Amino acid sequence: MDNIQKHLLEQIADLHEVPQGAYSLRINGSLHGKNSSENIEIVNKQDKPGIDIYVKAGTKKESVHIPVLLSESGLKELVYNDFHIGEDCDITIVAGCGIHNGGDENSEHSGVHAFYVGKNAKLKYVEKHYGSGDGKGKRVMNPTTVIELDENAYMEMETAQIKGVDDTIRVTTAKLEKGATLIVGEKLMTHGDQYAETRFTVDLNGENSGTHVVSRSVAKENSKQLFVSKINGNNACSGHTECDAIIMDNASVSAVPEIMANHTDAGLIHEAAIGKIAGEQLIKLMTLGLTEKQAEEEIINGFLK
Amino acid sequence: MLKLENVFYSAGGVDIINGISMEIDERFVAITGPNGSGKSTLAKLIAGIITPTSGKIFLDREDITNLSITDRANKGISFAFQQPVRFKGITVKDLISLASGKKLSIIEACQYLSEVGLCARDYINREVNGSLSGGELKRIEIAMINARGTKLSVFDEPEAGIDLWSFQNLIKVFEKMHEKNKGSILIISHQERILDIADKILVLKAGKIDKIGTKDEIMPSLLGVESGCRYVQEEK
Repeated sequence: MDNIQKHLLEQIADLHEVPQGAYSLRINGSLHGKNSSENIEIVNKQDKPGIDIYVKAGTKKESVHIPVLLSESGLKELVYNDFHIGEDCDITIVAGCGIHNGGDENSEHSGVHAFYVGKNAKLKYVEKHYGSGDGKGKRVMNPTTVIELDENAYMEMETAQIKGVDDTIRVTTAKLEKGATLIVGEKLMTHGDQYAETRFTVDLNGENSGTHVVSRSVAKENSKQLFVSKINGNNACSGHTECDAIIMDNASVSAVPEIMANHTDAGLIHEAAIGKIAGEQLIKLMTLGLTEKQAEEEIINGFLK
Repeated sequence: MLKLENVFYSAGGVDIINGISMEIDERFVAITGPNGSGKSTLAKLIAGIITPTSGKIFLDREDITNLSITDRANKGISFAFQQPVRFKGITVKDLISLASGKKLSIIEACQYLSEVGLCARDYINREVNGSLSGGELKRIEIAMINARGTKLSVFDEPEAGIDLWSFQNLIKVFEKMHEKNKGSILIISHQERILDIADKILVLKAGKIDKIGTKDEIMPSLLGVESGCRYVQEEK
């Protein structure tokens, strides 16, 4: 790995070197290394680019890292990663993509991640996206996430795209069986002329299934964001979707929350708020000695923490 | 320490402060007066949140009339809001660290919270958002002023909402603050027990200083007004 790649890896996975345990590291369109562990098997797909990750039933307190790094300008790739999580597992998966584009051609990574989470299993999925480089070429990422949660499965999905991604369409669809829970926390910041689109669709099919889909975003300069979240309550279930956005400069943000109840015991709530940083928040921090610019940074850092 | 010279302030065609001149050098100075008399506006003028329409403000003989909020804060003015501000994602520890101007250890941050009667363990990592009650926010506001440790601290109705925590403790906090900073503490208050510790009391009325004096000079007249209906007295 060169220094640019190391920097990308640190940004998206807090890693300085190749991770311990089960991992798959993809650099510039090809597999750089992978490792299976006793309970977690990583197998290359034969029919298309990507990997299958099999986690044995009952595996607890283990993690899988699957970072993707792109540092060559003009590279485009589409990768399929399928995660098969056995029953009663309790594991963490850290994915992420870092693109450094110093050239004039667009670099693009599209990842399709599918999660099949077994009964009573618990999964934490962390996904970070980061872009750097000052070439004219765009850094494009289009992640698609497909989630199927079996009975009483629990999944927490944390996604963050804080800097440097020029264009992104993020699509997440989920189907939940009886007693399953999906918690989604999205953090997004766009600047310059960036565009970010997020689409969530959650089908609450099983009795007592539930979801919280929460997005916090900051749109600066001339960037544009679209947030679409749809929750379908098809059984006795609870669903909540929330979009909270700070808008600055000439940015624009559109939030489209939609809830649909197909069952009388479906309890669904949507909330959406877009606004600039409250003047009183800036004033309070300025009375502590911060300049207006520093106050703004503190407020945004806290908001996206 | 602080000096105001013939300060006027009006907004939207309404005169709010109508020529206030005063000097503050004492330990504790209390400002009181009826609602709408201009108390909070005066505090905001001192902190720099608003600028006088005319007149001058001096801090240690330096003219600070046109200085920004940030500059005044860095020259030694702290301001505790009447209604504390909520933040999404910023924790109690973050705010107290920002107030102190350095990265605080958990133990240091806890000390500031303990002084205002909050069990630090329960609060230190809480977000300063809508999940905190008005009274809790008020005490965190006071802890921030304590962490700043400036020569002039201005409190806008610090007692509001802190009903379960005794006034005696609040007064102790002020006394300790003075011991540490050796500066002046300016408190806007309606509370007799807070006015009682003041070395000097200013009574505002319609944007002007109506009375000024020690508590022994001022308190009897204040209590007299409070005990009856002002309109009835005025009509007599």
